[in-house]
Amino acid sequence: MFKFILKRLLMMIPVLLGVTLVVFTIMFFTPGDPASIILGDMATEEDREIFREEHGLNGSFIEQYISYMERVIIHGDLGTSYTTKLSVTEEILSRFPTTFKLAGLSIILACIIGIAAGIISATRQYSLFDRISTMLALIGVSLPNFWQGMMLIIVFSAWLGWLPPSGFSTPIHWILPAITIGTSSAANIMRMTRSSMLEVIRQDYIRTARAKGQIERVVIVKHALRNALIPIITVVGLNFGKLLGGAVLTESIFSIAGIGKLMVDAIKAKNTPMVQGGVLFIAVVMCFINLLVDILYAYVDPAIRSQYMKGRKTKFERRIANEG
Amino acid sequence: MDNKILDIKNLSITYEADGAIVKAVNDISFSLEKGDALGIVGETGAGKTTTALAIMQLLPNINSKIAGGEIKYEGIDVITMSEEKKREYRGNKISMIFQDPMTALNPIFTVGEQIAEVIRLHNTVTEKEASKRAENMLEMVGIPKNRYYDYPHQFSGGMKQRVIIAIALACTPSLLIADEPTTALDVTIQAQVLALIEGLRKENNTSLILITHDLGVIAETCEKAAIMYAGEIVEIGTTEQIFNNTRHPYTEGLFGSIPNINKKVHRLTPIPGLAPDPADLPDGCKFAPRCKYKCEECERGNIPAFLVEEGHFVKCLRCRDNQEV
Repeated sequence: MFKFILKRLLMMIPVLLGVTLVVFTIMFFTPGDPASIILGDMATEEDREIFREEHGLNGSFIEQYISYMERVIIHGDLGTSYTTKLSVTEEILSRFPTTFKLAGLSIILACIIGIAAGIISATRQYSLFDRISTMLALIGVSLPNFWQGMMLIIVFSAWLGWLPPSGFSTPIHWILPAITIGTSSAANIMRMTRSSMLEVIRQDYIRTARAKGQIERVVIVKHALRNALIPIITVVGLNFGKLLGGAVLTESIFSIAGIGKLMVDAIKAKNTPMVQGGVLFIAVVMCFINLLVDILYAYVDPAIRSQYMKGRKTKFERRIANEG
Repeated sequence: MDNKILDIKNLSITYEADGAIVKAVNDISFSLEKGDALGIVGETGAGKTTTALAIMQLLPNINSKIAGGEIKYEGIDVITMSEEKKREYRGNKISMIFQDPMTALNPIFTVGEQIAEVIRLHNTVTEKEASKRAENMLEMVGIPKNRYYDYPHQFSGGMKQRVIIAIALACTPSLLIADEPTTALDVTIQAQVLALIEGLRKENNTSLILITHDLGVIAETCEKAAIMYAGEIVEIGTTEQIFNNTRHPYTEGLFGSIPNINKKVHRLTPIPGLAPDPADLPDGCKFAPRCKYKCEECERGNIPAFLVEEGHFVKCLRCRDNQEV
């Protein structure tokens, strides 16, 4: 297992190099001069020249890329934000806890609701519960985030006055944004749980478990759910990654200072180091989530596990050794 | 009479599919004595597996229904039993071996755990004790016990079927239902698996219902045989009676379809035609459309069973000189 993780970590290197190259290229060739955007209309050509000189913007594409990578790899320095003059790393790290909290809360909520509803739907296919929750899931997937967020604010903040419409300081502030970005994840997870469970429940080994005289609840949770988990884990991982990349619209609606908002502002200002650093950071987070998903696969499915752990001592050998 | 372990009377089972009602099993009756083996033969879709699942009370409850009749296990009707009581029977008193060993084991649990599970369900034992007994079961079916922690994907088809047999017999049930236990296996493994079932069964005096396509297997292992066609038992009797005094034209057809190495024949004699659509069964004898002896009366009304000799019943009008049951 350790070997597998190490291998996956090494495989992240080319992925991240690729990401930096692509982002750097896009930022380099998109029109717009950072110097004139950031310094504004009042600046003279001289000021702009000084700015370019300061930030190394006069070299060729290759020169600039190499010097950027040099800084990133050797010094671990993602550069300084053009607008705030703070280090990019600091900026990201100050925003990340908020995004992480929001994404984590949403994904936990989505898992609880989605998996539970999916299981009940699958075990009672075509029942009233199944029909209603399938319909709700369809609505949840299709609902645009910004519209849902505004509706929630109108109902719960403006009309009822129960919850604050913006900010992210206390737990009571977390509720609306978490619901807003968690809805589509919950719907996705529910749909995947339902279809995966429906497939597993029809398998022969579920009949075997029942033929043993096992209680239905145990049949569903122990025998069926664990087998249905692989596609569910995939969906949860994808959704979590998506949320960690920042929910731009939701963050704007609720005025939350998260990664999404940071990135959008940086792109608008052509704040190149900020954009590059942010994308690189999101790519790293994505890689780690994928790694986590793969480790969970191995935990759930012994066939995958045995691929990772060739040549290990078998459980039986270990038990015999323990018993002396 | 007290010796009967299983007594099925007038059992009918229907499935509902796309609004149509499919009569999978129609009014079948048979009984099984303690320690005896009954072979059920019939082509695909004749209702053999449905009958077996009904005895286990494992019919899918979404679309299937027991339309009538009773299934008595040691004198108690299993259909009307509480769900809790049914669970006590399953795997403990009545066990089943399924057709396809490749899919009948849960891929995420070790084979040992899967055997231990059934032991723990029906006995008050510690985890350690259960795995000890599961190990013994493994050895009993000829798998070394150091494979306890192996997963199903590390086993061949024959080995998996052995594990399934171990699960089925772990609680020494008094009735074992084997649903085509060898169909999915290599010919060389088939004999081994059958011999294994036979050996373990004799040891514990377990009754057996063996569902198969193979008349040879029945001749070897079963005292009684029932021939099913389109949801009905068309002929039932001791294996000798069925083999030596074949009365139903369908049974005759089955024997005609087996190649005989001693006889020089140009071609096998297959039964012409196809089995009827169970959603749209013909009136009268279900086999009449394919029968070479059919007369007008065959296609009308209900064909009763006739007792042609002690314990040998045939559902065919050609036997109507005998006592009607």
